[in-house]
Amino acid sequence: MAINLREIALKEEKLVSGHRLCAGCGASIIVRMVLNAIDEPVVVANATGCLEVATTIFPFNAWNVPWIHSAFENAAATIAGVEAAYKALKRKGEIDREIRFISFAGDGGTYDIGLQALSGAIERGHRAVFICYNNEAYMNTGIQRSGATPRGAFTTTSPAGKAIPGKPQKRKNLTEMMVANGAKYVAQASPSHWRDLMEKVKKAVNTDGPAFLNIYSTCPRGWRTPDNSAISIARLAVETGVWPLYEVENGKYKINYKPPKGFKPVEEFLKVQGRFAHLLKPENAHILEEFKKDIEEEWKRLLSMEEATNK
Amino acid sequence: MKTQIKRIAIEGNEAAALAFKQVNPDVVAAYPITPSTEVVQKFSEYVANGEVDTEFVPVESEHSAMSACIGAAAAGARVMTATASQGLALMWEMLYIASALRLPIVMSVSNRALSAPINIHGDHSDAMGARDSGWIQIFSENVQEIYDNIFQAVKIAEHPDVRLPVMVGYDGFITSHSEEMIEILEDDVVRNFIGKYKPKYTLLDVDNPIAVGPLALTDSYFEFKVAQAYALENSLPIIKQVGKEYGDLTGRYYDVIERYRTEGAEYIIVAMSSTVGTAREVVDTLREKGLPVGLLKIRVFRPFPTEDIINALKDAKVIGILDRSMVPGSFGGPLYHEITSAFYHYEKRPIAQAYVYGLGGRDITTQHIEKVFEELIDIGKKGKPNPLTYIGVRE
Ligand SMILES: Cc1ncc(C[n+]2csc(CCOP(=O)(O)OP(=O)(O)O)c2C)c(N)n1
Ligand code: SF4
Repeated sequence: MAINLREIALKEEKLVSGHRLCAGCGASIIVRMVLNAIDEPVVVANATGCLEVATTIFPFNAWNVPWIHSAFENAAATIAGVEAAYKALKRKGEIDREIRFISFAGDGGTYDIGLQALSGAIERGHRAVFICYNNEAYMNTGIQRSGATPRGAFTTTSPAGKAIPGKPQKRKNLTEMMVANGAKYVAQASPSHWRDLMEKVKKAVNTDGPAFLNIYSTCPRGWRTPDNSAISIARLAVETGVWPLYEVENGKYKINYKPPKGFKPVEEFLKVQGRFAHLLKPENAHILEEFKKDIEEEWKRLLSMEEATNK
Repeated sequence: MKTQIKRIAIEGNEAAALAFKQVNPDVVAAYPITPSTEVVQKFSEYVANGEVDTEFVPVESEHSAMSACIGAAAAGARVMTATASQGLALMWEMLYIASALRLPIVMSVSNRALSAPINIHGDHSDAMGARDSGWIQIFSENVQEIYDNIFQAVKIAEHPDVRLPVMVGYDGFITSHSEEMIEILEDDVVRNFIGKYKPKYTLLDVDNPIAVGPLALTDSYFEFKVAQAYALENSLPIIKQVGKEYGDLTGRYYDVIERYRTEGAEYIIVAMSSTVGTAREVVDTLREKGLPVGLLKIRVFRPFPTEDIINALKDAKVIGILDRSMVPGSFGGPLYHEITSAFYHYEKRPIAQAYVYGLGGRDITTQHIEKVFEELIDIGKKGKPNPLTYIGVRE
């Protein structure tokens, strides 16, 4: 499973330049890392969203792999169909290649509208890797809240108003839902920790069954951050405990990053992003407290799950 | 060459499942809904017993059923599914995508009413909701036709000049659950008729990657849609040709419409699906009494066989168009709209009377149809039609 950077550097790119994602978009970085980590040929299904609309504006196409987009909520069902066809044609002797199947959907297409199709595909056991590039809002329609949007964050449907300052609810824990749903391999990753991310991709594609990856994806437009900050902010998310890196293999938890000297203060992550600017004002101190509590609780729960499942 | 005839008694849904089995598709992704459930149920028995090599995907919704069919068809598989009513409605978004991506998916639809109020019985509201989705739509009068239409659907859908999805409709409960004697074909005859499917492009050709379903902006979207419309229009002669080839094989010839005693008819009823069988009886009775009546069956609703229909109806005095679905807020049903607008540019055209009947499975009897003919004769004398008439409704 070792990742050899030199080998990867020599590989042909599978998502090539010429797409129209914003400068500094996390999604393109993630897709390149994911596809470069895989040795086998892959077929990709893509949900409607930023990644899809910006990479295939007819007659241009930035994908160097077979690719299908059909709608917003059904990337998982679509790739399930592709995988079913593959199984049938293989059984009938029409095809003998080893092929891997991946679906990419944003957090909207995964946590919310796409959840039913994703859950069904995982329950049925299709051998595919279902990837959420998680930018914590619906970006393609202009930064609306999703089930993945963290508590207190500004979006255009959870604006920071006088009465309600940002999203009142904490983010849904989709990663845990996928564990409970029975995915054989589940992980959270971040492009800031590229080796960890690529190793997880390798494990996911080599899993004989459904795998789910939740990958943190920064968005300069929606997060109100500079174009050159994708990786540094993704790293801050990990180092402040906002986005824990962990994996669950056949029910066993493993936390992949434990800060030796403890987490950095959450404020360091929040203060570099426009979407959280209001949280640092004194009148919103109580929301900041809740935000911190959400993170602590999640971390404690992860530690105890790791302990409980590795006894 | 006419092949050996084997006759069996079978229900409509089972006939559909049997046809699916004989096609032996690569992938079936489906979700159950009354009155179509038995198609999937029966088919999964075939899968469980190893009678087909199909990959069966028991999805969690109809939306995913059509999505998985799209994925599988784009991967080069021969793909089939079945649904009805709310299931077809839930697929609506994906129906448009299947046809625009030019994927030859075949679907049986046991036509049923749409909620609310919830009702499980037969009418054409579901199919009519899908009429603009770019699918070829074929309607079956009886169990034999369900069976025959499914093989033809596969051949039409996969024809290199068509490459469009096809839905084969039949009346929920009336045909789906009625047991009839039908003639069936041997498996190898079916296999020869439909041939081996050779997709033009596939996602699994990993050495030649394709992108299916990209974003098309203002500078190209319109051309895609027009090309799709042309493909649907151009499928009409191929549907006829396949119907003829099937006739040469089985003795049962199919055209896009069927004229029943329309020669010299002054009063013609136009209908689809099982109602045609009922109307046929009435036409025979009235013809015996010397009345110049006839019947036109519409077998293919999309693409709409405009010219055939005009030729069949243009010499009539009055036509009664029977719609088993309604268009609330309008002056007639979908079939009425199509036929009357087709006649707009013709000097010589019959008086057209709009009827809506049979919603939610309400019975249509020979008496109802006799009464329609009486009204048509009356309208002929009057020289103008009545407003839209609901048959058999208590007001
Ligand atoms: C059924 C349906 N509802 C709504 C939309 C509009 N829509 C397109 S993309 C999108 C948001 C996508 O958000 P996400 O999945 O988080 O991906 P991102 O754009 O952030 O990359 C929405 C709401 C749609 N295409 N289809
Ligand atoms: S809006 Fe955000 S997610 Fe969308 S392309 Fe731009 S940076 Fe990427």
